[in-house]
Amino acid sequence: MHATPTPEVPQSPAPPASRNPGRIGLFIVLLLILALVFVASLSLGSVSIPLREVVRILTGEPALKESWGTIVLDFRLTKSITAVLVGGALSLAGLQMQTMFRNPLADPFILGVNSGASLGVALVVLSLGTAGTALLAGLGTLGDLSLALAASVGAGLVLALILLVGQRVKNPTTLLIMGLMFGYAASALTSLLIYFSRPERIQAYTIWSYGSFSGVTWNQLRVMAPVILVGLGVAILLTKPLNALLLGEDYARSMGLNVKQARFFILLSASLLAGTVTAFCGPIGFIGVAVPHLCRNLLRSADHKVLIPAVILVGAIAALVADAIAQLPGSQYVLPINVVTSLFGAPFVIWVLIRQRRGATSFTV
Amino acid sequence: MNSAVLTAQDLTIGYVHSRSDKTVIAQGLNLELHTQELVCLVGPNGVGKSTLLRTLTGLQPKLGGNLLLKDKPLEKYTSKALAKLVSVVLTSPVQVGNMKVRNLVGLGRFPFTGLFDSHSPEDDSAVQAALEMAGAEGLAERFVHELSDGERQRVMIARALAQEPLLLVLDEPTAFLDLPGRVATMQLMRELAHTHGKAVLASTHDLDQAMHLADKMWLMGKDGAILQGAPEDLVLSGAFGTTFAQPNLQFDLKTGSFEAEIKPEQRVVLQAEGLADIWTARALRRAGFEVLVDGPSDLPRVEVVQQNARTIWKLILNGVALEFDSIYALLLGLSA
Repeated sequence: MHATPTPEVPQSPAPPASRNPGRIGLFIVLLLILALVFVASLSLGSVSIPLREVVRILTGEPALKESWGTIVLDFRLTKSITAVLVGGALSLAGLQMQTMFRNPLADPFILGVNSGASLGVALVVLSLGTAGTALLAGLGTLGDLSLALAASVGAGLVLALILLVGQRVKNPTTLLIMGLMFGYAASALTSLLIYFSRPERIQAYTIWSYGSFSGVTWNQLRVMAPVILVGLGVAILLTKPLNALLLGEDYARSMGLNVKQARFFILLSASLLAGTVTAFCGPIGFIGVAVPHLCRNLLRSADHKVLIPAVILVGAIAALVADAIAQLPGSQYVLPINVVTSLFGAPFVIWVLIRQRRGATSFTV
Repeated sequence: MNSAVLTAQDLTIGYVHSRSDKTVIAQGLNLELHTQELVCLVGPNGVGKSTLLRTLTGLQPKLGGNLLLKDKPLEKYTSKALAKLVSVVLTSPVQVGNMKVRNLVGLGRFPFTGLFDSHSPEDDSAVQAALEMAGAEGLAERFVHELSDGERQRVMIARALAQEPLLLVLDEPTAFLDLPGRVATMQLMRELAHTHGKAVLASTHDLDQAMHLADKMWLMGKDGAILQGAPEDLVLSGAFGTTFAQPNLQFDLKTGSFEAEIKPEQRVVLQAEGLADIWTARALRRAGFEVLVDGPSDLPRVEVVQQNARTIWKLILNGVALEFDSIYALLLGLSA
C-alpha cells in the first residue's frame, strides 16, 4: 500500500487562539483597568486627594497642598507599586503550582515557603528579648529590613529543601506531600514560639501575619522589585514547559521535555516570587489561588502564552482593589489585607465557579 | 518493503529502586517493530505490558540488552530527537479543561517549536494533517472536556500524530471505550499502519478486536516471556489457551474466543436447523445441559419448528409435549 495523497487545504482554517483579535482587545481592557485602578489607589485613603491632583503630582507639577505630594509620593506610590508586584507575583506563582501539580487547590505557598518565612519572622519578633524589640523599634527602617531579612532566610531555607527534594522524588504528588510536611513542621515551631511568648510580642507577630502593602519603603522596593522581576522572567521562559505539563509529566517527557530541569526552574521561580512577597508583606492569601481560576474562566484557555500575562494583570488589579477596600476610604481605619481578599474574593470566586460550565475546570479529577 | 523501526535484543525490563535493588519483570526479549504493521500486545493483567511499552518508548530505562531505534541505540537519542520519531498515547484519560482540541493536538508540535512554542505555518498544517489522519478534523474547535471518551481517544491519537512519529505506541487505547468506540479505534490504528506507513504498537485486553485486526501479536505470559506471530499462529500453537489458562475459562479453538466453562449436569436432545439450532444449543449449554443430536427417548427432547411464520420451541418430556414461544420460556419450562 502507499500513502494517500496530501489532503486538500481546508477552506477556512481556524485562526490559532493566540492571534485571536478578541483576546487582544481583552488585554487592552485589562491594561486600562489596571491603569485606572492604580491612579485611583493613589487618590483614595484616609485623606482623599482629587484624581487631577494625583496626576499633577505624578507628572512632577506642584500639588495644591504640599502634604498631598508627600502622601502620594512617599506613601501611596510605594504601596500601590508593591500591590501591583505582589498581585502579579502571587498569581503567577499560583498558576505555576496549579499547572505543575495539576491541582486546582494548589497555591503559591503549597510547598511551605510562607511557613518558612513565618518561622523566620517569629524567631526575630518572639524570641528577641524586650531589649531586642526596643532595639528594633529604635533602628527604624533597618528594623523593618531585618524583619524582611528574617523572613527571606526562612523562605530561602524551605526553598532550598524543596529544590533538593524536587530533584529526587519521582512524581509531583510526593513533592506536594513533602512540601505540606515542611509547612507543618515550620508552623509547629512557630506555634511553639508563640506558646512561650508574651502577649505584646504575639500581637506584633499577629499584625505581621495579617499582611500589609504599606510597610514597604522605597529602600525595600529596590530589593523586592528586582527579585520579583527575576522570578517573573524565569516564569515567562517556562511558558512552553508549563503547556507541556498540562498533560502530565509522562506526556511531557514523551514530547521531549526535560522534566527534572523544568521542575527545578518552576519551583525556583514560584518560590522566589512567593517567598519574596511574604518576606516583605507578610503572608498574603487567596490571590494566588483565585486569580488563575478567574483568568482561565475569563479567557477560556489553558495556554500559558495568554494565561501568564493575564494572571499578572488580573492579579495586580485584584491586589490594588483589595488594598483600596482595606483602606476604608475616608475613614481612619485600615483593615488587614488578608481579611479583605478572602472576605470579598471568596464569594466572587464562588459566583464565577457556579456560573461556569460543567467540567470546564482545568484539572477535573 | 517495510523496514524495522525498533529492535530489542536480549532486552531486560523492570524497575530500579536503588543501585542494588531492582525488580526484573522480563528478560531475554527479542522483538521487532516494522513500518506498516499493527502489533497488538496482549496478556493477563499485571504481567508488565505497560513496563514494556514504557521501556520501548524511552519513558523508563531498560535494565539490560539492546534497544535500537533505526539502528541507533535508543539511549543515544536526545529527548527531542526521540520525540520526533516516537510518540505515545497513555492509558489514563487526560483531564484538561478550557482547552480546544486544536490546541491540545498542537501540543504535539512541542519537539519542533522554539522557546515560546509559536507555531509556524508548517506546524499549523502538521496539526491539521494529524487531525485529518485521526478523523478528528470535525472536533478541532470543540473543547476537550466536552468530548465523549471515544472522541477524546481520537484526539489523543491526533496529538501523538502531530509529532509526526515513525512509531506510535498506545497503552490500552480502548480501555474506556464502548464497543463501537473500540472497533473504531482499532480500525484507526490499523489504517495508520497500513495507509500512513506508521509502525503501530498497542497493548489491549480486547482479544476479539486484536485477533481480527492485528498483523502480529505479542502474547506476554505470566513469566514475562513473549510469544509472537500472526494471531492465527498463536491460536494454532495453543499459546492463547495456555497464557490465559484459568479454571472455568476455555479457549475455543474454532471461534478463537474465550468461553466460560459450564459443566453439564443433564443431557438434552435438540432437533433444529440453521441459526435457531446454533442459538438454542448455546442457551441450553448455558443452562447446564449437554446437547445431543440424537439419543434415547427417555431424555428430554427439544424441537424447533416453524408454524404460521412463527418459531415454536417444542419440549417433549416423558411423552408430554409442551410449546414455548421463546428460548427464555423454554429454559423456564425445562427447569420447572
